[in-house]
Amino acid sequence: MKRFAELLDRLSYEPGRNNKLRLMTDYFRHTPDPDRGYALAALTGALSFQFAKPNVLRTLITERTDPVLFGLSRDYVGDTSETIALMWPAPLPRTRSAALTPRSGGEGSGVGGEPVLFETPPTPNPSPPFAPRMGGGERTERSANAKLDTSVPSLADVVATISTLGKAQLPAQLARWLDALDETGRWALLKLVTGALRVGVSARLAKTAAAALGDKDVQEIELLWPGLAPPYTELFAWLEGRSEKPSSSDPAPFRPAMLAHAVEETDFSALDPADYLAEWKWDGIRVQASAGTHGGRRQCRLYSRTGEDISRSFPDLLDSLRFEGSIDGELLVVREGRVQSFNVLQQRLNRKTVTPKLTAEFPAHLRVYDLLVDGTEDLRERPFAERRARLEAFIERRNDPRIDISPLIPFATWDELAAARADPAAAGAREDADAVEGLMLKRRDAPYVPGRPKGPWWKWKRDPFTVDAVLMYAQRGSGKRSSFYSDYTFGVWTVNDGEEVLVPVGKAYFGFTDEELLEIDRFVRCNTVERFGPVREVVHERNRGLVLEVAFEGLQRSSRHKSGLAMRFPRISRLRWDKPPGEADRLETLEALLDTRAASAVPNR
Amino acid sequence: MPANIRPEDILMPTPAGVCCKPGGFYIDPTRPVEKALITHGHSDHARAGHGAVMATQETLDLMRLRYGENFAGTTQAVSYGETVTLGGARVTFHPAGHVLGSAQIAVECNGLRIVAAGDYKDVGDPTCAPFELVQCDVFITEATFGLPVFRHGDPDGEIGKLLHSAALFPDRAHLIGAYSLGKAQRVIALIRKAGYDQPIYLHGAMETITRYYERRGIALGELRAVRDAKKDELAGAIAICPPSALQEVWSRRFPDPVSSFASGWMRVRARARQRGVELPLVISDHSDWDGLTATIAATGAPEIWVTHGQEDALVHWCRQRGLKARPLDIVGYGDEDESDGVTDGKVDGKSAGDTP
Repeated sequence: MKRFAELLDRLSYEPGRNNKLRLMTDYFRHTPDPDRGYALAALTGALSFQFAKPNVLRTLITERTDPVLFGLSRDYVGDTSETIALMWPAPLPRTRSAALTPRSGGEGSGVGGEPVLFETPPTPNPSPPFAPRMGGGERTERSANAKLDTSVPSLADVVATISTLGKAQLPAQLARWLDALDETGRWALLKLVTGALRVGVSARLAKTAAAALGDKDVQEIELLWPGLAPPYTELFAWLEGRSEKPSSSDPAPFRPAMLAHAVEETDFSALDPADYLAEWKWDGIRVQASAGTHGGRRQCRLYSRTGEDISRSFPDLLDSLRFEGSIDGELLVVREGRVQSFNVLQQRLNRKTVTPKLTAEFPAHLRVYDLLVDGTEDLRERPFAERRARLEAFIERRNDPRIDISPLIPFATWDELAAARADPAAAGAREDADAVEGLMLKRRDAPYVPGRPKGPWWKWKRDPFTVDAVLMYAQRGSGKRSSFYSDYTFGVWTVNDGEEVLVPVGKAYFGFTDEELLEIDRFVRCNTVERFGPVREVVHERNRGLVLEVAFEGLQRSSRHKSGLAMRFPRISRLRWDKPPGEADRLETLEALLDTRAASAVPNR
Repeated sequence: MPANIRPEDILMPTPAGVCCKPGGFYIDPTRPVEKALITHGHSDHARAGHGAVMATQETLDLMRLRYGENFAGTTQAVSYGETVTLGGARVTFHPAGHVLGSAQIAVECNGLRIVAAGDYKDVGDPTCAPFELVQCDVFITEATFGLPVFRHGDPDGEIGKLLHSAALFPDRAHLIGAYSLGKAQRVIALIRKAGYDQPIYLHGAMETITRYYERRGIALGELRAVRDAKKDELAGAIAICPPSALQEVWSRRFPDPVSSFASGWMRVRARARQRGVELPLVISDHSDWDGLTATIAATGAPEIWVTHGQEDALVHWCRQRGLKARPLDIVGYGDEDESDGVTDGKVDGKSAGDTP
């Protein structure tokens, strides 16, 4: 655990990609199995512990410290795990220098030269369930803690123990480890068990570091990855040249998805329309449907974009997955042959139980656009145009009403395609146009590459809606934005009791550049009218305040918001320092949008 | 506490600083006033332009070095422990352990004693007189690190980290950002204490004050100016500079520098990352949470006033313990994240916009 904590600690401060790689490869080289395998699993997000939820940790710390002080500290630090790691009361007597010898007072409330010091420790909890930290003499926390190192668990111990512990035993075990570890160790442990490392390492970078151990290309690991499980001993054995390349035995494995970059207007000059095919970009959920047989075992699964098995949420689709292969597509709700908007689809998601009523009301449908495996033949190295032809034949053979193919959009020039993007209904999407959120451009000759390679696939979204709103409240952010006021609540004008007032219509915490963040942060600090914990109310009058141009993807009615509206995917697109708040948009402007594409097919509940 | 007088009658918190009406003076005023008592030389406490200034000799010297001869109409030096009568108030300066010359100011009037501690720390520092505990009726404390996440730990351990890194990367220079008054000299003294005897290099903005420390008898070993050094000479070297210089073109004269920063803020990871610090050193001239709470308890004061920093948490802590406590909203000691002497940037000829 100590080495792993050191690795995370160094990674968290290291800005350079190459140095991060060096740190990780070095760790993999010098750490034995199974610890290094669990480290790789942690870095790639492959570990998850059912019971180690943030509220378990919060309970642990609030049992030991003052909840008010914890709340203030959490707001300041911007990271729950780190706050707990820093605040965790050391179990050993902790002492400080004897500088506090009181001076005998003059005619004031002196205590005569009596060396009165505090007798009780200044711990926030009046009757703490742990030993006092104050004694006499020097500060000896570090050296005293070193003696406890023997009780510090290994990474593999931690993983094995947590995976087998029941919900009731977990808190006490975590507390014992937290007592045994130092601040860095506590931080690493909490990051590990909650699964949010945030040390600036992507899964791909961690795999790249592992690949470097055996001088292999990361692509080879990506292809093997779905068939592997922590602690990856066979992977490391292969990387170190001690055994054969591992093979997958899962009949329906997940194949890492290929993703697109957003295309900018300036990109088009370098692109030749003849090289690309275009499809609609559907506003649904990207899924991969895989089915196959291995050793007599038949398996079919529906995966999310990140490889999460979501089959159980869509039992109505599983009957349609009686094929051999792997398809990439969009999960949509289709009623009477018409694709419903994302607002409708959303009502099928995140349900604990999927009832027949739900599946009848929101029937799931697959609209597919790529074929990764046909039978047992892996097509991913083949050009897209060839995969597309194979896909068309594959879907035709299936002849399943729940699976259809995403049509191609004919075009010869970028201008023609721009016209299609501006009016999908006229360009072939017809009454499904409400569920179109833009276009996809795919190079005809591109293989299917996991990750987000630049060039082969582009997404070209429809223009967002924008509104000029006034900044009303700002809240401190988390993670790397901790201490910056980076979450903004904004409002538009309306009339209330005959008076012009701002009503909040949304909250956004991205879209701005780092420089703009600094500017807004400064504005917030200099124009605070009131504080509510981590939230500041900032000046918002007709002539004083900050106007934000907010972009958003859609709008729906909401009884949870005072304005009666909820924005989808709002973000700050521009700072309007030039615009007086009095000239910001009005609620009526937004309400008018409710009758257009912005709110199409709004659910009626 | 005498019942016939309210503390506010003696020291009145105003937006410009704490004002003593019976004595006719302000303590650390943030705007020019007729008569100012200054706790220490950091620029958010010691400003130029007052009529008369009373402070320790060191604080007056430091103000003169930073602002020039005419930084005040008149000056009066006070020694630690010396009591001066000003109008109806008796005033005594006691060591605050923050930086060279730093003082707590005890104000007594009608048998009631209020101590304005300024910035202080209760742990050892080879470059200044140790903090002295003064029993009082009202204690005015800072709260720069007034949250229980701030535990500064052992500064020698942090210096150990630095020297380990310097040994590990003999080809790279180690650049330590440190505030030019106090922190820089303390870091150098701690490095010497750890047995490092190579020359230590100084950014130009550090020289005047560091040389002043040496003149006051604080031994700092061999110091060289960065501007006189060649690039290859700086490989493996340790250099001290203002925090703002870490990100500037100035730092390019060093071979593959390791960016380090000595500050209590380094306890929080995001602070280090936001500054691009690779080697954070948790060394602070302010009290940490344990120091603040221990000191408050030890003063015996039944009433605590809390200023600049995380007032809410410390006020809450005091009230939980049955102490009367209030935050003082004094503007000008740096916003919450910009204290710890960041405003010193001005003095180094840099902008003060040294945001986190």
